[in-house]
Amino acid sequence: MTAGTPVVSLREVSKAYPSGTLALDRLSLDVEPGELLSLLGPSGCGKSTLLRLIAGLTEPSSGSIAWADTAAQNRLGFVFQEPTLMPWARVEDNVRLPLMLAGMSRGESGRRVGEAITHVGLEGFERAYPRELSGGMRMRVSLARALVLRPRVLLMDEPFASLDEITRFRLESDLADLHRRQGLTVVFVTHSVFESVYLGTRVVVLSPRPGRVAASRRIEGPAPRVEAFRTSTAYLEACRDVSALLAAAMERPLTLALSPSGGEGIEPPLPREGEGRGEGRR
Amino acid sequence: MTSHTMRPKYRVLAPALIGLLALGAWESIVRWQEIPPYILPGPILIARTVVSDWGTLFPSLVVTLAITAAAFVVSAVLGLLLAILFTQSPWIERALFPYAVILQVTPLVAIAPLIILWIKWIPLALLICAWLVAFFPVLSNTVLGLTSTDRNLVDLFRLYGASRWQALRYLRLPAALPYFLGGLRISGGLALIGAVVAEFVAGTGGAQSGLAFRILEAGYQLQIPRMFAAVFLISAAGVLIFALLTGLSRLALGRWHESEIEREA
Repeated sequence: MTAGTPVVSLREVSKAYPSGTLALDRLSLDVEPGELLSLLGPSGCGKSTLLRLIAGLTEPSSGSIAWADTAAQNRLGFVFQEPTLMPWARVEDNVRLPLMLAGMSRGESGRRVGEAITHVGLEGFERAYPRELSGGMRMRVSLARALVLRPRVLLMDEPFASLDEITRFRLESDLADLHRRQGLTVVFVTHSVFESVYLGTRVVVLSPRPGRVAASRRIEGPAPRVEAFRTSTAYLEACRDVSALLAAAMERPLTLALSPSGGEGIEPPLPREGEGRGEGRR
Repeated sequence: MTSHTMRPKYRVLAPALIGLLALGAWESIVRWQEIPPYILPGPILIARTVVSDWGTLFPSLVVTLAITAAAFVVSAVLGLLLAILFTQSPWIERALFPYAVILQVTPLVAIAPLIILWIKWIPLALLICAWLVAFFPVLSNTVLGLTSTDRNLVDLFRLYGASRWQALRYLRLPAALPYFLGGLRISGGLALIGAVVAEFVAGTGGAQSGLAFRILEAGYQLQIPRMFAAVFLISAAGVLIFALLTGLSRLALGRWHESEIEREA
């Protein structure tokens, strides 16, 4: 793989489910090496389907997905919306899972498991069970499990969506730091404009279902991200731009409410009488 | 306050107190109404009979428990293996599961005479009868557990290239363990009931007779306290089996499964 060659290229990819639902429609996208690509779109626009297609967990109905390097394809890290841990296994055994399935002995895998746990700041919790951890710590375990294979590409499906804001901010900073330190290529699915802009080196906006790439915007910001970036003019401008792109993708006006907490940011206006597509807050 | 939040001493004391009150009321009514022992013996007389007839009752208890234990072990092993087989292919499950249901819903008292007629070795006939009653909860619970695995974890195993065997060993079986143990708890009691019902139908006598025969025999001889003593031993055995299986469940799941985690009040 040469510099600049996309890690993975999707060309005219469509995905229809047996129920007849068309989740993605002729979507084309290149994931560049080393970028942190934020995939932003409304609920149900096919973001998770797109991630599952890239991971090879489902097949496209039409179109092609080409990897520049099969080694990268075979060493993917995947983080789900929920921590998705084995409740019967201790933290270290959850993290060890990909190595164990690859046939690596406990002795061989011990150092790498320790490193991955250190990376996510969970030293001292190796022998704990998932139920003994907080939501944020469980998500860290999930991240450590994805990192233990030393992946070149990390796929993340709204991993911080169910966390409280303080934990989410901390994990976002940690992810941005890991991305820079390890030179990872990350595809990060989110429905939050703020999160997509804070984390992403590029934000790709998907249209409502069936999902297609509606817009793409590069984000200029410090690497790694620092908390001060959240209050910078560049960040707020990028958020406005991305919100406008999202609004255009949804083909109806949206107003951006920049709340001090940085919480819900997209407030669609109430639908006019007779307007069938208004679904309230997204 | 649920049983999980109750202090351990109250968890034992509360049912013991209710039991003592009920036994006290029973004994009082029997004495107050002067009910003859051949109609309804009091708990004290039953306890005395357990002690005095221990030489007769204990060997019968051992026979019944041996049939129960054998039926339970066979149910656990076959139930688990069949459940694994069913979940390997929807075709196998669709082809065989209806027959498992038929075996479960057919009354044991209706088919036990046939089984005892066909199988000449009575202990084996009793074992089959008890197994027929006991295996279904293990099978259906384990199938449910094996097919209820977290979809994301299944995807994760696929993503990391897990073989069918690895997915079964490291994911599906541990995920199904609470369901399997739940099935065992039901199965343990049913194995005892199946063994006793089969003994009733078989009506066997001699040295290898179980507690059901002792109940029949005592009924014929109007030794009602002994009949109650045998019933008491069957109930006590059932409670012991349930307690042992609950302990096993707590041992296996206590660290991680919601059903067994001790919570602070």
